[in-house]
Amino acid sequence: MGNYLLRRFILLIPVLLIVSILISSLIYFSPGDPVRVMLGLRANEEAVAKIRAELGLDKPYYIRYWKWLKNVLQGNLGRSLQRNEPVLQLIAERLPATIEMTFFALMVAVLLAIPAGVISATRANTWVDNLLSFLSLFWISMPGFWIAMIAIMLFSLKMGLLPISGRGGPLWTAEGLRYLALPGLILGIRQVAIISRLVRAGMLETLSEDYVRTARSKGLSERIVIYKHALRNAMIPTVTIFGLQIPELLSLSVIIETVFAWPGMGRMLVDAVLKRDYTLVQGIVLVYALIVILMNLIVDLLYSYIDPRIKNE
Amino acid sequence: MTALAIMRLVPPPGKIVGGEILYYQNDRIIPLHQLDPKGRKIRSIRGNEIAMIFQEPMTSFNPVFTIGHQIMETILLHQKVGKKEAQERTIEILRKVGIPMPERRIDDYPHQLSGGMCQRAMIAMALSCRPALLIADEPTTALDVTIQAQVLELMMALKEEFGTSIMIITHDLGVVAGMADEVVVMYLGHIVEKSDVRRIFHDPKHPYTQGLMQSRPSIISHTQHLKPIRGTIPEPYDIPKGCPFQPRCSMPSRRCEMEKPPLVEVERGHFVACWH
Amino acid sequence: MTALDSKARPRDFTDSYLRTAVRRMKKDKAAVAGTFIIGLLILVALAAPLLTKYDPLEQNYDELLLPPSASHPLGTDQYGRDLLTRIIYGCRYALLIGVGVVIIQFLVGVSLGLIAGYFGGSVESAIMRLTDVMLSIPSVVLAVTIAGFLGGGIQNVIIAVSAIGWRAYTRLVRAEVLAIKEKAFVEAARAIGCGHLRIILRHILPYTMGPVIAYSSLAVGISILWAAALSFLGLGAQPPTPEWGAMLADGREYMMDAWWIATFPGLAIMFTVLGFNFFGDALRNALDPKMERERR
Repeated sequence: MGNYLLRRFILLIPVLLIVSILISSLIYFSPGDPVRVMLGLRANEEAVAKIRAELGLDKPYYIRYWKWLKNVLQGNLGRSLQRNEPVLQLIAERLPATIEMTFFALMVAVLLAIPAGVISATRANTWVDNLLSFLSLFWISMPGFWIAMIAIMLFSLKMGLLPISGRGGPLWTAEGLRYLALPGLILGIRQVAIISRLVRAGMLETLSEDYVRTARSKGLSERIVIYKHALRNAMIPTVTIFGLQIPELLSLSVIIETVFAWPGMGRMLVDAVLKRDYTLVQGIVLVYALIVILMNLIVDLLYSYIDPRIKNE
Repeated sequence: MTALAIMRLVPPPGKIVGGEILYYQNDRIIPLHQLDPKGRKIRSIRGNEIAMIFQEPMTSFNPVFTIGHQIMETILLHQKVGKKEAQERTIEILRKVGIPMPERRIDDYPHQLSGGMCQRAMIAMALSCRPALLIADEPTTALDVTIQAQVLELMMALKEEFGTSIMIITHDLGVVAGMADEVVVMYLGHIVEKSDVRRIFHDPKHPYTQGLMQSRPSIISHTQHLKPIRGTIPEPYDIPKGCPFQPRCSMPSRRCEMEKPPLVEVERGHFVACWH
Repeated sequence: MTALDSKARPRDFTDSYLRTAVRRMKKDKAAVAGTFIIGLLILVALAAPLLTKYDPLEQNYDELLLPPSASHPLGTDQYGRDLLTRIIYGCRYALLIGVGVVIIQFLVGVSLGLIAGYFGGSVESAIMRLTDVMLSIPSVVLAVTIAGFLGGGIQNVIIAVSAIGWRAYTRLVRAEVLAIKEKAFVEAARAIGCGHLRIILRHILPYTMGPVIAYSSLAVGISILWAAALSFLGLGAQPPTPEWGAMLADGREYMMDAWWIATFPGLAIMFTVLGFNFFGDALRNALDPKMERERR
């Protein structure tokens, strides 16, 4: 097991390297200039050139990348061009908010998607199943940011039940939950729509397996047959999909964070991109990639926990 | 299918169209065919009084739970025992079915066992609550020939020890000859002949049974050619009118095409469904 | 086997295949609904100037933020522009973006998938590693970065959204190619000396198209969603373009006073995407008999 983890961590390095090369080339070859954003459109040429030289922006691409890479290897992601603070520190301030929201959403997704999928599968092609499948198709056809706007209009502005935007505190405080409720639920329910369909497909397949018949022939109740014997097997393919859904979840969180002015990494990314804060963008993208890869690793470990046939290999 | 009907486990869209299933429980007759297939009553009988083993031992165990867990689950469900005792009983029953080192095997997953071992474990699970009836649905079809014999021997031995009746469903005439007392021959879901094992083999009355007997190889005479039954089993949408066997029969008549023959007692304890 | 044989076969196969698919689609209510919505969108986009007497861009300071009424069925926005008119013209942008993105993704993704599946070996693993790397960057993070650095505008939105979806085509096509690469008719084509390009285009490509076409319909919907999101974030279509996402961004500031600005463009997006999803799902079921059985 330790060996396996080590191998996975080593494999992580080339992926992150390629990600960083992709992003830095994108930055280098695209139009726009952070110094002009900083100084405004009327800045004189001399001042612009001076600052560019100070920041090292006048150097060729490979020298800039090499310098950046050397710093990263020493645990230094550089300084934000616009805020003049260490990128690492800026990210560290925002990361908990993003993780908190996506974690909450993931929990919502899992807790609702599994029963919904099981109900759909055990009542396949009845009105319940058709209704659920229609609802999820509807839900994934709506833009997430629009759902968020409508929800703010209804629950925050009209009814005054929940705060409009911002973060109230950590997840485990009442105030924190109140602020998290709307963005977290909107982010999570979208995944429910997708994952419940997959659970349904997985369940339909396992319900016709021999061992389900065996479980029934032992006299087990329908609930235990379905939720213990069938579901555990149906989860095996579904867990892989969970892994693929995590980048999707983070994707949508960028948008939801912006709508709800949630102080997370996604909002900072949009901000940094608009201001052409190269170092900050590069740092944020790298951290996003790292989260995705680590989550995939966790999903793989979960996979071998659920399916004993894999553990011994 | 009949076996699944007894257990009330006929998969949809199939359903029981007619007939009765009567089960004697302490001098009371329980009409199994009238029970709610998901209800409490039938569940207290399944696994406890009537147990079942299946054709494919490897796929009939749930791959994500250990063998021991799955057997204990049955015991804990039907018997008023604690976890510890259930585990002891599991080990004991696994030893009885001839699984070596059962203390360790209980922590194995089904994929770690061979097909024969799996079927033994399956038998152990079925017998764990000492059922009155064990239904074995082609229990040896998926196994190697040498293993087949061992499993059958085991079933015979345990039948004596546990006082369990066995209903075995098979197309293997050797298994019938070796295991059965009473034989019921079925064709396309209908009983065509029913008698004790001796008369079925030595004096078959129904043309289908006769055909079966002629189509098996004989050790005594090598000169005889095997005689296959002509034709093939019809598709489900193409079931013939009248006697189901009539299109393949060696001596069909007008009457066979029109009317389905009833099951009649031709001699004491020997029932045949044929017009001849 | 002669050259004639190996050429004729894929065509016969495709013909009856498509005919069965069309027959299945006609029976499927969702497919009919999807076809209807998509047809309506195309019609509205083409006939936009005929459907409304207003101009989508002209500002009218006498009619600011009017609620829905007889003369403005969906109300007006903060510059007095008729919302219905803007939504009608928005159809053009939605279809342009959706179809544009899918064409680019298709060309890039399918080519890479064909190359990876057909040639195998180190070419394949290089391409598949690249898609893995792309998979590790959340799609919006990538799209935001690309759209942001290239600067706004419809064209850059199309590039940014294309960049996040092509890998799905690559994986899909590669899997299909691997499944049929060793089939007899491909071997036959190789045996009579067809070049790689000819084998790929004439003998392999047609077989992979079923799932790819079905996915494309879904991809149009997904692309419209992502593009709207980029415009909403201020990284896509710029005002005063009547693009639905950008219109919603406008509406955000007037949620309290003018709910209609924040509502109707969203409904337009929803129905558009729903149409493509209905159509794509039905097409996938129709083209894949195995899926059909699972649904029953």
